[in-house]
Amino acid sequence: MSTLTKSTFVSGLFEALPNTFPSLRQMGKENFYVQGFPSLKDEEYKFTPIAKKLETSLTNFSSANPVIISAEQINKAVPAGFEGVVLAFSNGKYLPELSTSVEGLTVNFLSKNESTPIGSIAKAENDPFIALNQATFTDGLCISIEKKKEITLPILLLQFHQAKEGQVISPRIWIEAGDFAKASFIDYSISLDDAPYFVNKVVEIKGGIHTDLTYHSLQEENNQVIQVNALVTDIQQDSQFTSTQITLSGDLVRNNLTLNLLGSNAVGNMFGIYLLNGKTHVDNHTNVDHTFPHAESNELYKGILADQSRGVFNGKIFVRQAAQKTNAFQQNNNILLSEDAIINTKPQLEIWADDVKCSHGCTVGQLDEEALFYLQARGIDKTTARGLLLYAFAGEVLEKIELESLRTFITTKIQERLGSKF
Amino acid sequence: MLSIKNLHASIEGTPILRGINLEVKAGEVHAIMGPNGSGKSTLASVLAGREEYEVTEGEVLFQGKELLELSPEDRAREGVFLAFQYPIEIPGVSTTNFLRTALNQVREYRGLEPLDAVKFLSLMKEKMALVEIDQKLLSRSLNEGFSGGEKKRNEIFQMAMLEPVLSILDETDSGLDIDALRIVSNGVNKLKSENTATIVVTHYQRLLDYIVPDFVHVLYKGRIVKSGTKELALELEEKGYDWIKEEVDSTATV
Amino acid sequence: MSKDNQILEDLNSKEYEHGWSVDFETDEAPIGLNEDIIRWISTKKEEPSWLLDWRLKAFKIWQGMSEPAWANVNYPKMDLQALRYYSAPKQSNKPKNINEVDPELIAIYERLGISLNEQKRLQGIAIDVVLDSVSVATTFKETLGKLGIIFCSFSEAVKEHPDLVQKYLGSVVPMTDNYYAALNAAVFSDGSFCYIPKGVRCPMELSTYFRINAANTGQFERTLIVADDSSYVSYLEGCTAPQRDENQLHAAVVEIYAGAHAEVKYSTVQNWYPGDKEGKGGIYNFVTKRGICAGDHSKISWTQVETGSAVTWKYPSCILKGDHSIGEFYSVAVTNNYQQADTGTKMIHIGKNTKSRIVSKGISAGKSQNSYRGQVQVMKRAHNARNFSQCDSLLMGNQCGAHTFPYIDIANPSAKVEHEATTSKIGEDQIFYCNQRGIATEDAVALIVNGYAKEVLNQLPMEFAVEAQKLLALTLEGSVG
Repeated sequence: MSTLTKSTFVSGLFEALPNTFPSLRQMGKENFYVQGFPSLKDEEYKFTPIAKKLETSLTNFSSANPVIISAEQINKAVPAGFEGVVLAFSNGKYLPELSTSVEGLTVNFLSKNESTPIGSIAKAENDPFIALNQATFTDGLCISIEKKKEITLPILLLQFHQAKEGQVISPRIWIEAGDFAKASFIDYSISLDDAPYFVNKVVEIKGGIHTDLTYHSLQEENNQVIQVNALVTDIQQDSQFTSTQITLSGDLVRNNLTLNLLGSNAVGNMFGIYLLNGKTHVDNHTNVDHTFPHAESNELYKGILADQSRGVFNGKIFVRQAAQKTNAFQQNNNILLSEDAIINTKPQLEIWADDVKCSHGCTVGQLDEEALFYLQARGIDKTTARGLLLYAFAGEVLEKIELESLRTFITTKIQERLGSKF
Repeated sequence: MLSIKNLHASIEGTPILRGINLEVKAGEVHAIMGPNGSGKSTLASVLAGREEYEVTEGEVLFQGKELLELSPEDRAREGVFLAFQYPIEIPGVSTTNFLRTALNQVREYRGLEPLDAVKFLSLMKEKMALVEIDQKLLSRSLNEGFSGGEKKRNEIFQMAMLEPVLSILDETDSGLDIDALRIVSNGVNKLKSENTATIVVTHYQRLLDYIVPDFVHVLYKGRIVKSGTKELALELEEKGYDWIKEEVDSTATV
Repeated sequence: MSKDNQILEDLNSKEYEHGWSVDFETDEAPIGLNEDIIRWISTKKEEPSWLLDWRLKAFKIWQGMSEPAWANVNYPKMDLQALRYYSAPKQSNKPKNINEVDPELIAIYERLGISLNEQKRLQGIAIDVVLDSVSVATTFKETLGKLGIIFCSFSEAVKEHPDLVQKYLGSVVPMTDNYYAALNAAVFSDGSFCYIPKGVRCPMELSTYFRINAANTGQFERTLIVADDSSYVSYLEGCTAPQRDENQLHAAVVEIYAGAHAEVKYSTVQNWYPGDKEGKGGIYNFVTKRGICAGDHSKISWTQVETGSAVTWKYPSCILKGDHSIGEFYSVAVTNNYQQADTGTKMIHIGKNTKSRIVSKGISAGKSQNSYRGQVQVMKRAHNARNFSQCDSLLMGNQCGAHTFPYIDIANPSAKVEHEATTSKIGEDQIFYCNQRGIATEDAVALIVNGYAKEVLNQLPMEFAVEAQKLLALTLEGSVG
């Protein structure tokens, strides 16, 4: 896969590993060493120099311990008007005393539940970062939703991160939903200070038949943070899975979203917004695999890039030979606002079935000057007018967020950014 | 000309036609009417040779030949024309190009010389007038972006060009306003002769004001349950199909 | 309309019709590849020392390279040491004009339907004919010469116009570019050269016809087209090869240079032997084609109809260096049986107000794999760059694959880039509709496919369009129904 910089700088991570999941950790370590960190020669990381970044910006490569979080910090972080379950985490470690619950939802430390089949959905052999997480995660959480249970309250995973320069945080979450279950998650990650550290997160979701699951990720880390997030989901027949990926900050962020549609009539929706400024580099790789007939996937990612930011989008749709009558749609639209912003986009279709409807499209452009002028001619100042138009551009994705309090929360954040910065 | 005997057909194992008998002679116009789902369109499709339908019993003789043994294109070449309920779009292929290919293959089958471009064009001009169709439409991709009325007019135009012996109009009136209906019917009437026959498949009597049938047959549950003259169509228009359904269903249960 | 008719009439022949070969006396290099072979080729061609040095340098570079593996194709690797790098028909004396060419050679081309007799040519097309490694004939040289147009074999250009060749050779596709381009630079045997002087509009289509005849021989030709400021030329390329059980390698390089306000249109109908129905044999077509719009307001347009080859690896590209320059790529790629194609284009926007357009229509049938791979790159200083790409795939049958890999890399905020792609299949209802009008299924498929590919076929000169339509129909025969 790549030139492993025989990553001496990583070796600190493998010292004093927790004694849970020993064989799984060993396999993770081996798989990591076989693959190594990907270099730019690796097609999947062509535009994202992550190995170099990790090596040069992170000197103290060791696992970060949890820090103490107060109830006040929780209250401050929860979006206004949010009604639902809160699961709090500090550097990946679940904090039961600061969390709430609801009927039908069971949570348990992974360390107390070693029979959890982690690694069965997010596979260490295909991804060095998953392998690294599998070897080094401190603890993690196993979340299960009872069969036939429709949890109407949203479940907020509040991920607080605070680490020393160069430390690594490896959150690990396993979600399992029984047949006919329904649940909606919000994974919100927040930095508590400005130190440069590395978050290497893995979330695995295993849905039964006829499930309806939603997973929103909102990333608001400091602009020094390097992040790799893997969200790997298997859903079965008659199920629906929706993900929303909102990235507003960070130094280098790589989101790997994998969705396996393992049954007929499965529907996968993948939506995303990246609103970037400064030197933030965000790379969204999505991968949806159609293996059964009569399934559907919809994907819409929108990017607004200012300053020296860089966006990378690679959307892969695989339609296997058996997946006849598949409908797959993919769209990636980008607006570049500055001379120094760069976008690399690659919407990719791979199709082996003939009776399918697949289309993809992508655009790169800028604000419609005519529209801007029109608004100005009606007395709206240029900054506001630009904000309005950009907001309208992003709005198509925001509309997909059904949960009102979350939509309002994100909308406000985006509006603030567009109103001030742009 | 056409003789249908005890025709049974099914789709994916579900029987749709359950014993159709029908005799059509040259010069006649037959209307096939019936409620939704009675098998009207299936009958049209089976006659034209659509593959999804499996003929399980019966025979169809067309001018003395076993129609059911012919491929769809050979049925067309023998003179069976189906005006589709939903004409198909073929991007990038103009109607003109399409028809020239079709006409010359039909001519070849009948042992005639292919038409050269000049002769083809003059024939086309002559037939265009019949259905008041614009030449611009004919140079566009076949049916692509056509309005409902334009598609149906194009069907009748193709019929005029190919000069079939037996024309089957499958719900040609659906979705047409009165003007379009008049134009389409005029076209059909002008194309009628004592050597040709027409089967009009329709749900409504409205079309039969313009294309006057010699016989009207009511199809229900895959059989012709009543036959009559044009007055039967008027009666159906007035009373609906329920009385026929009741009549059939009650005798069926006895 | 007559085009379509012709296809329908010609639909009788089912198999690859150019699959025959002819025995005649040849001059051959020994089998294998090393410096001595390169010297042998260079000596054989009486080349100047600068060209030999250039070849040897390329050979050294090539030795340090490895075969690319990123394309979406699978094939048994070829033993490049088992190939012959030079094979030429023996001609007692170099013919001065077409009338002196060995009648046996002329007969080969008559059989391919290409008349080398200038009087017999209806259309004004000048042809340079390349058989195996060398150019055997160039027609209409005198007519073109009066306008100052140089159109001749590459070998002849090296002798007669060394300054031009030295100036442009390798300027668009450097020998370091890729594995096959380096190999070509080391061992290329012949090809076509064309120079259109300032302000001249070439009055006829220029054409090269490639044919591989010999067995176990790679064909490595090189085409160099230089269109000086404000000139225009339309260039056509055709190719066939005999039916052989082993795979043959074709690794050509085409370089195009367009000066200010110049326009070059390059059309290819590629019909190399694709292998048999079981995937045995066929040409490996690993070709590097690139043009540079060096001057302002220049334009390069590639049109390709790809029906042949067992494996195709080909990305005709445009470097849009001049301000206001335009690059276009129109492609129909058809794969059937076990064919594999990985083809597309690169549009590199460097100058201001540059525009590019990509229309790619892939058709996959049988057990074939068809990939579009394209890149649109807008450099930092390329203000107001515009690109539109449309990449459609048509699938026939459920054992083939269609893949789309568009790379869009934008570093300037004033760029407007749009990419659209769709995948569909030929509908059974479309075929039934045609049947109902009396059109046989095979002809219906030809009609529908030609309609689908129309936007690309329209770009071809008339004579080539007819050929291309026939080829599409032939390639897809038997794939539906």
